Amino acid sequence: MKPPDRRLVLALAAVGLALAAWLVLSMALIWSTLAPAERATLGALLGPRMALLLMSWVVALVGVAAMLRWLFQRYAQAPARLLEDTRVLLSANGIQQLSPHGSAEMRALAGAINELASQRDRLREDVAQQISQASRSVQQEKNRLAALMSELTQSVVVCNLDGRILLYNSRARLQFRALSQAPTLADGAELMGIGRSIYAVFDRQLVAHALETIHQRLRRGVASPSAQFVTTTPTGQLLRVQMAPVRNPSSGAEPGAGISGFVLMLDNVTQRFEEESLRDRLLHGLTEGSRSSLANMQAAVDMLGYADLEPAMRERFLAVVKEEVSAMSQRITDLVQRSTQGLKTRWPLEEMLGTDFVTAAQRQIEAHCQRAVTVEGADASLWLKVESFTLLQALTYLAGRLVDEFDVKFLQLRLQQAGPRAQLDLIWSGQVMSTETVMTWEMDPMRVGSQSTPLTVRDVVERHGGEMWFERERVRHQAFFRFLLPLASEQEQLEAAQIMQSESRPEYYDFDLFQVSEQGSALDDQPLASLSFTVFDTETTGLNPSEGDEIIQIGAARIVNGKLLRQESFEQLVDPGRVISAASIPIHGITQDMVRGKPRIGEVLPAFQAFAQDTVLVAHNAAFDMKFLQLQEARTGIAFHQPVLDTLLLSAVVHPNQESHRLEAIAERFNITVLGRHTALGDAMVTAEVLLRLLPLLQAMGIHTLRQAREAAQATYYARLKY
Amino acid sequence: MSRKILVADDEPNIVISLEYLMAREGYTVLVARDGQEALDMIARDRPDLVLLDVMMPKKSGFEVCQAVRASEELQATKILMLTAKGRDTDLAKGMALGADAYMTKPFSTRELVQKVADMLAAQP
Repeated sequence: MKPPDRRLVLALAAVGLALAAWLVLSMALIWSTLAPAERATLGALLGPRMALLLMSWVVALVGVAAMLRWLFQRYAQAPARLLEDTRVLLSANGIQQLSPHGSAEMRALAGAINELASQRDRLREDVAQQISQASRSVQQEKNRLAALMSELTQSVVVCNLDGRILLYNSRARLQFRALSQAPTLADGAELMGIGRSIYAVFDRQLVAHALETIHQRLRRGVASPSAQFVTTTPTGQLLRVQMAPVRNPSSGAEPGAGISGFVLMLDNVTQRFEEESLRDRLLHGLTEGSRSSLANMQAAVDMLGYADLEPAMRERFLAVVKEEVSAMSQRITDLVQRSTQGLKTRWPLEEMLGTDFVTAAQRQIEAHCQRAVTVEGADASLWLKVESFTLLQALTYLAGRLVDEFDVKFLQLRLQQAGPRAQLDLIWSGQVMSTETVMTWEMDPMRVGSQSTPLTVRDVVERHGGEMWFERERVRHQAFFRFLLPLASEQEQLEAAQIMQSESRPEYYDFDLFQVSEQGSALDDQPLASLSFTVFDTETTGLNPSEGDEIIQIGAARIVNGKLLRQESFEQLVDPGRVISAASIPIHGITQDMVRGKPRIGEVLPAFQAFAQDTVLVAHNAAFDMKFLQLQEARTGIAFHQPVLDTLLLSAVVHPNQESHRLEAIAERFNITVLGRHTALGDAMVTAEVLLRLLPLLQAMGIHTLRQAREAAQATYYARLKY
Repeated sequence: MSRKILVADDEPNIVISLEYLMAREGYTVLVARDGQEALDMIARDRPDLVLLDVMMPKKSGFEVCQAVRASEELQATKILMLTAKGRDTDLAKGMALGADAYMTKPFSTRELVQKVADMLAAQP
């Protein structure tokens, strides 16, 4: 039962006192008017009945109390309850209503409050809807942009003004891998990653100069200012970079102001440059070489013209002429051979999987010619380098004429490799036709259906630096057109295949980094949420680094802007140069065979250091992993000076009463699905997930900066234990 | 006394013709196979005129030309540059470095003979 309200008790006491005072006063008044005899009589009369009087006082008091209580409930408690309910309503998130009770006024008040509340709810809902709609469309736009980017065949990188990468596409990533000095180790991820600095690749001055150029152009009012530069990378690649500004839409109309970042479009022109220099060399060789040869010949021929030439000299001059003629023929043969290799890229050709092209051709010919087209032995591993549109046109055009003029019923496509080229055949059987007829087709402008183009089949073939002819196979009563087409180089095949494989859209962008500015404050005072982390784990030959145990695997993942970047991971087996203890093999599953021939720690650490550059290192039980890294410092000269966070300690900060802070236990607490546990990368990923869940909990405890987190971690019981 | 001509070229196929041609014209002919040899012979044998190829091993014709013009004793030597480099920039360079004349390969031997004769006649 609820204790009675203090105010009620006080009020009742006051009324009781007043009542008693009134009784005493009235009795005193009456008493004062009485004669002494009457007083004695009254005294004798009332004296024994004083209890009765007291009782009537108590009864009256009870009556008053009941009355007061009723009044109190009605006029004091009811508003108080209404106040509480209203407060609840105020902080409530869902839709809620007060149930009206009490006096008429109270009911009316509750009704009015309800109305206000529902008005507020409606507004809130409205705002929420608008926000979600807006953020949906923003998200959609971002996704659209990211999708567009990932399809582009040009490398695109978007940076904020600090040179931090906000977005890149897969082509850019491939390109940066080619630039990486440790391509097999870090996969280029140490250069290209969300939040990484573009200045790792490009000279800061160069970029600053290009930005300045853009600023100048903006100030002059150029509509779409951009700048260009060509630079060589440390690995000797030649890059042509086009830079365009990302303008801040919120900044006013003032030209030249409000650039919030820049877009870089990269073009690796190394190969093109080499091709061009090859072309130059060829041309040069042709002109200068021919000039001297011609000079030698001409002089010799002039000498031969002298009638008085003695026979021995004549022989010598003739020999000169013969030698120079054969030298020139040789030169021309070489030139032709090399120029067909070197010049084939003049027309923009794209890499295309042979089977894809054949399927497309099959579909298009069937659609246009109303004939069944079969495919024979299309080599699935062939990558063509073709201009597919005109090549398809040529095939369809030829098939169309076969059907129209010779009523060919069945057509077949065949793709094979023939030496350094691909050989694409359009085969048919039926009526015999003359080679001349067929070859005039080659020179006629192509028509496909109602479309006609000024191009001929010959033009198309020449664009490909290929050849095409007509051949008969008498035994099989077949004839075919054979196209010799260029194949994609291995590098191109690889790139094209990789671009096709990356189907899921990875975390290649983070526009929130536009807001990030490096105010030069040390990492320690920066909010945890704004930091980039490299979460890593090592597998080792054993547990005692000081007794010669070594790292055999490093795995790491990056967290930038509160997001785990799964695509930008680091995983490398390391040859420890010693025996892996048998006891540890069941834990990490890495055997001696697996590390044989892998790079040594001296090669791996520089790549890992580059990967972890400008980030906070995070590990579970970090002291253990750091010990291994520190022991390498003397040998490799590679030191990790970054701040370090330990998820084990942070977990102890957040959940001081939990018994276990093993990684599995924490993962289970946070309901994190564990995949690939006890591979270095698998553990690093789990640790990263743990960190992401710890961060908001730390925040709630008032731990906002890196410094606070480190201090809190230091203060835990676990930190005082020695490993 | 017959005039001395140095043929400096690394290609035997042109040397043979030039040697024959100049000898036939009555000059005394010396032959150098590379730039260094040419320079040495210019210093030692003091030819009146040098038929100088640009592209030679060890020292290019340009270098030889420059060295000759830089030397007070040798600078009177006439230099006729013969080269397969046909660009006008090469010609400008040759003339700037002190060649008296410049002929682009291939050339007519008659013109060459005429030019040599003219150049030697101009000598005081």
